[in-house]
Amino acid sequence: MTLTESAPAEASPDGADRAITTSGLAMRFRGGQLAVDHIDLAVPHGSVYGFLGPNGSGKTTTIRMLLGLVHPTAGTFAMLGTDLRALDSVLPRVGALVEGPAFYPFLSGRQNLARCDAADPSADLPTARARIDHALDQVGLLAAADKRYRAYSLGMKQRLGIAAGLLRPRDLMILDEPTNGLDPQGTREIRSLVKQIAADGTTVFVSSHLLAEVEQICSHVGVMSTGRLVFQGPLSELRSRGEPRILIRTTDPPTAAEVLGKLGLADITSTDGQVSAVLGGQPPEKINAELVHAGVPVAGLETARPSLEDLFVELTGEGFDVNG
Amino acid sequence: MSTASVTEVPQSTPAPGAAPVRHWLRFFRSELRNVFLRPRNLALLAVLAGAPVFLGMVLRINTPAPGSGGPGAGAFVGQIAGNGVFLSLFAIYVLLTVLLPLAVSVVSGDSVAGEAGLGTLRTLLTVPAGRTRLLATKYATIVVFCFAATLIVAGLGLLVGAIFFPVGPVTLLSGDTVPLADGLARLALIVCYVALAMSALGAIGIALSTFTQHAIAVMATLLVVVIISEILDAVSQVAAIHPYLPSHFWFSFDALLRTPIAWSGVLHGLASFAAYVVIFGVIAWARMRRADITS
Ligand SMILES: Nc1ncnc2c1ncn2[C@@H]1O[C@H](COP(=O)(O)OP(=O)(O)O)[C@@H](O)[C@H]1O
Ligand SMILES: [Mg+2]
Repeated sequence: MTLTESAPAEASPDGADRAITTSGLAMRFRGGQLAVDHIDLAVPHGSVYGFLGPNGSGKTTTIRMLLGLVHPTAGTFAMLGTDLRALDSVLPRVGALVEGPAFYPFLSGRQNLARCDAADPSADLPTARARIDHALDQVGLLAAADKRYRAYSLGMKQRLGIAAGLLRPRDLMILDEPTNGLDPQGTREIRSLVKQIAADGTTVFVSSHLLAEVEQICSHVGVMSTGRLVFQGPLSELRSRGEPRILIRTTDPPTAAEVLGKLGLADITSTDGQVSAVLGGQPPEKINAELVHAGVPVAGLETARPSLEDLFVELTGEGFDVNG
Repeated sequence: MSTASVTEVPQSTPAPGAAPVRHWLRFFRSELRNVFLRPRNLALLAVLAGAPVFLGMVLRINTPAPGSGGPGAGAFVGQIAGNGVFLSLFAIYVLLTVLLPLAVSVVSGDSVAGEAGLGTLRTLLTVPAGRTRLLATKYATIVVFCFAATLIVAGLGLLVGAIFFPVGPVTLLSGDTVPLADGLARLALIVCYVALAMSALGAIGIALSTFTQHAIAVMATLLVVVIISEILDAVSQVAAIHPYLPSHFWFSFDALLRTPIAWSGVLHGLASFAAYVVIFGVIAWARMRRADITS
């Protein structure tokens, strides 16, 4: 799959190199809840953008707005250089899976894809059969193509949902929680599928409530928390935000905390039998010497960078539902 | 994940603008297949087909005296023993009260609400099928279903009537007798008239269907509308509103069984159906244009 069309000339100058740009995009459902709170997404062309956030943080609602399923309360967006007023003209270049796959249970996988293709007003008619088979093949469903959708496993359903987006070459794929509910094996399969799609030059915008499921494949991430975009940028930038900390196990935490304070370490937290602080570039062996000098019984000392998961939890707040 | 079975990557180029009709026909065929191959809908059509057979057998066993019967359906009953063609008319008359509207309710409930309930509405709209295009295709399919359902009732009525009873020149309600071919032509017109009446009901159904994701709610609401309309139509105290009731002109097809044909009654009926199609078509369209798809 290749980029068959370049961005049209009417692209706004600032968004020309972006697959998705939103500005102040907001959605309030009837009932007064602000599901998406004025977010400014910037999804670079050719990136794999992980759209992360706990359940209910507004990911699906954002995706529904991008696809024209629901109408924004405020704000605008552009996709592939095309403004939302011309959304109809750009959607054929966007493959999508929203809120999990939805197909007819009484039709087979192949029949379901044929129906999607039949609904497409600009599908290439002579190649329909070949394109359907190719999409099934890409997601590894060729062997199960004639089974009824009803009989598919969750992983097969998710893959069929992705296959529907692959019926024609796309410049952008929007995948909403494609790994939701899958076992580790199924998750791995989806990840390798996404990698393969991205390798073909398609920009991929993939949402998940679990950072771990997508961090290996993402070049960029956006983190949502209760409707707000609390972080956006290259994954490496998120990673570098985590400062290394020192962790001391001791039977005398108050004295240890005092020593760390004298050394000028920040963010000292002390719990039962353990003290930790931001290392801030100080050599750990020097800290150890100071602790011993002050008579603190050191049972253990280590330094650690917070994991991406820790940063993610920090960004999205304590209410984060790790298990989904 | 790739196997060797597909070696060439098929390329889809944007289709030239001259092909929207072919694309639409393809979508329309897919829609027809979905409606007509759905086991539940096939069961409905089987019930509609079974009803004339059942009526024919009952009337064969317990043949009404020639010329007996009263107004309405009774006008046909008395003639069945003399001419099997009237079984077809009798079956249409009987089924038009509840069973045909029920079938239309089920299919129009499915049309948009059913897709929303399955979630396939978002799948189709992200293809993107186009909201107006989807609605138009859905309604065209409902119209085809209305014609098919009416034709099945009339056709089986005719077939069973011809097996159980003699068939010959048709004595009209006005007393004249016309050749069989003329009678069958009038039957064909009646089938079209009734199918259009059901299509107008389908327009109300598809409009309701755009407001919910529960197909069953649409079905129930539409049936309630039909029953209330039929009840009000029988209450002479509210005669002023009778011409505006959706079911008021459904049975006016007997005008086609007179010589000369009372066209004014038929045309009033067609105008009423057209008005319902336009009004509810616009409601459905306006709703579909703006609706937030959150299913
Ligand atoms: N149809 C709806 N009506 C009212 N509120 C909704 C609707 N859909 C979602 N919401 C609310 O909007 C918020 C965002 O939901 P959603 O976009 O589905 O989050 P996510 O996909 O990140 O889990 C949630 O608080 C949810 O309860
Ligand atoms: Mg979601």
